[in-house]
Amino acid sequence: MSAVQPTLRRRHLRLGDPIFFGFCALFGAVILAVVIAILISLISGSWEALKNLGLSFFTGSDWAPLEGRMGAWPMLYGTLVSSLIGMVIAVPVSLGIAIFLVEWAPHWLREPIGFLVELLAAIPSIIFGMWGMLVLAPLLQQHTEPWLADHLGFLPIFSGPVLAGTGLLTAGLILALMVIPIVTSIARDAMRAVPVSQREAALALGATRWESVRLAILPYARSGIFGGIILGLGRALGETMAVALVIGTTPQVKASLFQPAYTMSSVIANEFSEATTDLYRSALMEIGLGLFVVTLLVNVVARVLLRSVNHRAPAGTTT
Amino acid sequence: MNAERRPRGHVGARRRRDKTMLVLCILAVIVAVVPLLFILGYTIVKGLPALDLRFFMMDQPPAGASGGGLRNAIVGTLFTLVIALVFGVPTGILAGTFASEFGKPKLAESLRFVNDVLAGVPSIVIGLAVYGIVVASMGHYSGLAGGIALGMLMIPTVTTTTHEMMKLVPDALREGALALGAPRWRMITSIVFPSALRGILTGIMLAVARVIGETAPLLFTSFGNTHLTFNITQPMDALPLRIFIFVASPYNRWQTLAWGGALFLVVIVLILNIVARLLGRKRARD
Repeated sequence: MSAVQPTLRRRHLRLGDPIFFGFCALFGAVILAVVIAILISLISGSWEALKNLGLSFFTGSDWAPLEGRMGAWPMLYGTLVSSLIGMVIAVPVSLGIAIFLVEWAPHWLREPIGFLVELLAAIPSIIFGMWGMLVLAPLLQQHTEPWLADHLGFLPIFSGPVLAGTGLLTAGLILALMVIPIVTSIARDAMRAVPVSQREAALALGATRWESVRLAILPYARSGIFGGIILGLGRALGETMAVALVIGTTPQVKASLFQPAYTMSSVIANEFSEATTDLYRSALMEIGLGLFVVTLLVNVVARVLLRSVNHRAPAGTTT
Repeated sequence: MNAERRPRGHVGARRRRDKTMLVLCILAVIVAVVPLLFILGYTIVKGLPALDLRFFMMDQPPAGASGGGLRNAIVGTLFTLVIALVFGVPTGILAGTFASEFGKPKLAESLRFVNDVLAGVPSIVIGLAVYGIVVASMGHYSGLAGGIALGMLMIPTVTTTTHEMMKLVPDALREGALALGAPRWRMITSIVFPSALRGILTGIMLAVARVIGETAPLLFTSFGNTHLTFNITQPMDALPLRIFIFVASPYNRWQTLAWGGALFLVVIVLILNIVARLLGRKRARD
């Protein structure tokens, strides 16, 4: 027995590594396969729409699919504008939180606040939507929107009438809340990765805290912060359920942010399982394909920006 | 340093600007935290009355009726999650192992890139794609399709955390195992895995927390089912789907149940996040 065992074991060993690594590589390849399968599924699903409607699909502004008129511009517009509102609000707030956490907050406060902000990312999007529909929309309708219409009504985006409270502004606000944790945590990490010497040099030259942030830290962390912002944008563009409940589901392009609208993701969510004709279903698939391509590009840009940050700040520099 | 970036004004003005920025930053924290507490508080107030025994023990009531619970949705969510775990966790762990242990930086880098791409795909798009792949070929909606969609959403989180956690295992441990004559697969399975286990568990918990509240990918995969079913080849219910339908309904009991379901989800997600955080912190201290 004892004479046989070593040879047996040795043969086993030689095979072990290639088998194990092959196995791991196979599952690594599964991820690639999943991404490719998503792309193929979307393309083949939207083939009929691509063939029949072509690229003008995204420029046509008439959405009456049951009568065969399918222009997805209102959805594209709604997605872009609601995400833009979300980002305009979320970026300054996130940077403010990140700067506070890195620069000003006392140590005992950093973790609780960081945790609360992360919790915001953990809440399921459907709950944001429910809260937006039942609490935020009525609040905006009764207080904020009339005030904005009265005082800033000369701007087309704030022109009345105030309707149900659901619409682009409400969707944008909800999106801002959902994007804040993403931008905050990446901006915070980027700022933490700035070498202490940079900050100390600024402070030693007599800069105030804010000046050291503006002159030493923000420029150094710039590409990380942009990466975080773009990653947040990717999230906002694709967000579905929260928006579906507060956008107002009306395919129209209006300048006023109080008006109901529609987005690419929410039109898919609302109409796909009820799409009766093949072309209708295929058109919704094409919207999904568009969403996939846009978020893909946005995420690639974000990752490239963030990668350059990682190169500059090797692991272990966080304090 | 160019002129425009040089601080301007008297010391007093600069101090005042410093204070102003501090106040603005604190305001930013308030702007984010107050809605969070508002949402949590509202969910608790509206959802707590619904969370009794009936909620867990009974299926959903017919439209307009009183009583009933969300058992069909809870069971459906459980089954869908198990399918997602079966599909997503091994894939994530082995792919993460591949990225961390293979010693081919270029390959690991491309794997991470593809993984990041998958992480960025909107969940509704995953739902559409799974509809095209699974539902269309089966001919009908099924819990299996929903589980696969959620599994796809889990993969990136599990892969990334596995990769990161295995990178944290000191090389000295690996070298020790190899020096004792262990082949690399033994080194990985009996040294690296156990050392990284806690971190990997954290990743799995965060992945579950991420997908348990997902509605969009289930809309055209599991589809929902008003009856209790254990058959994963049939349409299956899920809590977020049921909440979505009930909250927009005109019936009182349905709305109450929707908020009960929302509170239940929030509590699970909170517990998962807190436990994951505690585990992660312990790891850092070790």
